[in-house]
Amino acid sequence: MNVTQPAAVEAVRAGARRCGALYLGRVGYREAAGLQEISARALKQAQIGPGTAPSGSAAPAEAPILERLLLLEHPPVITLGRNARADDILADRESLQALGVGVETTNRGGQVTYHGPGQLVGYPILDLNPDRRDVGRYLRDLEEVLVRTLRRLGIDAGRRAGWTGVWVNERKIASIGVHLSRWVTTHGFALNVTTDLTHFDLIVPCGIRDRGVTSIARVIGRGIALEDVAGLLVPEFGAVFGREMVAEATVPAGAREAL
Amino acid sequence: MRVDVIMPQMGESIAEGTLTKWLKKPGEKVARDEPIFEISTDKVDAEIPAPAAGILGEIKVQEGETVPINTVVAFIETEAGAAASAGPPAAKASPPPATPAVARQATPAAPAPAASRTPAAPSHAVAAAGATGPVSFPKAAAMAAGGAGADEIRRVRSSPVVRKIAQERGIDIGRIAGTGSGGRVSKKDLLAALESGVAAVAASTATAAVPAAFPSAAWGPAYGAGERISAVPMTAMRKKIAEHMILSRRTSAHVTTVFEVDMQRTMRLRAQRRQSFEERHGVRLTVTPLVVKAAVEALKAFPLVNASLEGDAIVYRKDINIGVAVALDWGLIVPVVKHAEDLSLSGIAKAVADLGERARGKKLHPEEVQGGTFTITNPGVFGSLFGTPIINQPQVAIMGVGAIVKRPVVVDDAIAIHSMVYLALSFDHRLLDGAVADQFMSHVKQILEEGRFPELA
Repeated sequence: MNVTQPAAVEAVRAGARRCGALYLGRVGYREAAGLQEISARALKQAQIGPGTAPSGSAAPAEAPILERLLLLEHPPVITLGRNARADDILADRESLQALGVGVETTNRGGQVTYHGPGQLVGYPILDLNPDRRDVGRYLRDLEEVLVRTLRRLGIDAGRRAGWTGVWVNERKIASIGVHLSRWVTTHGFALNVTTDLTHFDLIVPCGIRDRGVTSIARVIGRGIALEDVAGLLVPEFGAVFGREMVAEATVPAGAREAL
Repeated sequence: MRVDVIMPQMGESIAEGTLTKWLKKPGEKVARDEPIFEISTDKVDAEIPAPAAGILGEIKVQEGETVPINTVVAFIETEAGAAASAGPPAAKASPPPATPAVARQATPAAPAPAASRTPAAPSHAVAAAGATGPVSFPKAAAMAAGGAGADEIRRVRSSPVVRKIAQERGIDIGRIAGTGSGGRVSKKDLLAALESGVAAVAASTATAAVPAAFPSAAWGPAYGAGERISAVPMTAMRKKIAEHMILSRRTSAHVTTVFEVDMQRTMRLRAQRRQSFEERHGVRLTVTPLVVKAAVEALKAFPLVNASLEGDAIVYRKDINIGVAVALDWGLIVPVVKHAEDLSLSGIAKAVADLGERARGKKLHPEEVQGGTFTITNPGVFGSLFGTPIINQPQVAIMGVGAIVKRPVVVDDAIAIHSMVYLALSFDHRLLDGAVADQFMSHVKQILEEGRFPELA
């Protein structure tokens, strides 16, 4: 049985979809997970079908923004992806506590990673339907956004075959781990900007035991505000994903109500 | 009837998936499109929805098993009459048809119509697909409903002055502990943080002592009695250069090799791209960064040229830090482009321009002239065809770039007018054999002759 797309959904998909871009500053890991959930749920509900979508005549020039790119930083936290191994955390829980580093289990792919101040975390909440339903492509697209952003800062970054993420020579500058539900994405990427790299010593980043990590500040020899990096990243994100990016100050209340 | 549940194809290059978790147990009722299991491929974790409504029957693939795509992992017994024909494959996750009432009923959290129509938030379009200008984010009492953290408030509520200083100095306000009301970062907090940072930099600027090398007494006085002269003390910089040159001559077994390089392609590429490059990166595309980039690539290929000798040990230096000699009215200084192996062409161009400008303005930090692993000097600016430069110790090689001039050359048995340059490499023959030095230079030559700069392509 072939299911036809509801007209309103189809209309939203015509032309460049609009995608909100938010810079939220420092947000706790669980709080950010809640924001992702809110946004993803609103997006999935819009996906569901004719019963709930606005009728055809309402197909608006100004379609509501449902997709969002959440940009933020976390307080120090180690997160365990689906494939994490217990011994990927090298420090014991007591010393983590002493350092003020939390530990969270998540439903993203990948292994263990560290988030903390000075790291630009991006959570794209996108609907990969209908034309981007390919996890490999999605990962490569995220890498492309990061590589382009870094190039704008004069950094020659690239991919390593078989090692998802973005690398500057042998050092990893950005990690990627995503979750999909009905091709709606959550989780995303973490780009080291002025991150305290010593905190990576607490873990085996992404299970990679013999490679180092680096940051933008380390490469270019000076600090840079996270928000400025976010400002460079957003247009590249729009270009790679073919979205019209719209800067927003907050996740709209309407999306919150959906929760 | 029985509907197959399959391991979906999650992407073109993905041939198998690992079933990480069953979200439903056999015998449980499932709604169409309700997630029933989770899979994981590399960095991606995905929930897979049920292809039809019904009762989850036999599970064929257990948690932790990896199976090829399209493998049947379970069956769903559909309820009589409901969604009788199997829906599209699970992976497609298409919106359900309007008809299956059973499925609709069972869908958790039936969405309210309003939910899919989020009211217009304060927003402005900033970037159509393909636009390139940086984006600035609107400030607001963001996330009030979600509960803004103290850090968020601190960031938003810092005074404009504090934010401006912090931005100029590349400081992340979020990293400073605020002592102001509500934890906000005051100017005092920021200045204190800056001071401690500056102190850290100042502490690392020890300079290496160089043994004095002025054996002038050996030659007797430089002038005879009654000769008209004027004796002026050397400046500290002049002395330093003199000491360093003699020390280097005494230390290394200098040999110089000269390559002729056809710059036609590179110069044409530069002419074509210089305007867009400048618009995009805000820095002029001069020849120097192109030569530096070519040298960096060659140093990656020949790490021995980036090494040093320490006693009888060869010290390979993993960072490629390129000294770029800058002629000054009052002497010469060699600021260093650090981590050049990590920099793109535009990054190198920015660093070269910035260091050169600050060298001329006497604004270099001491650490910016230290730590070089290879040096490039440019006697060509004054018209020299090539020189035999003296190695900048403790490095083992230095490349001199002569004047780029148009010359008649033989190309495919015809005479053509091309932009040509002589590149000279002085190298320490203690460590580098001629073969290594010449292979290194040949690599540089190749890049420049082919105009192999992917960023400009």
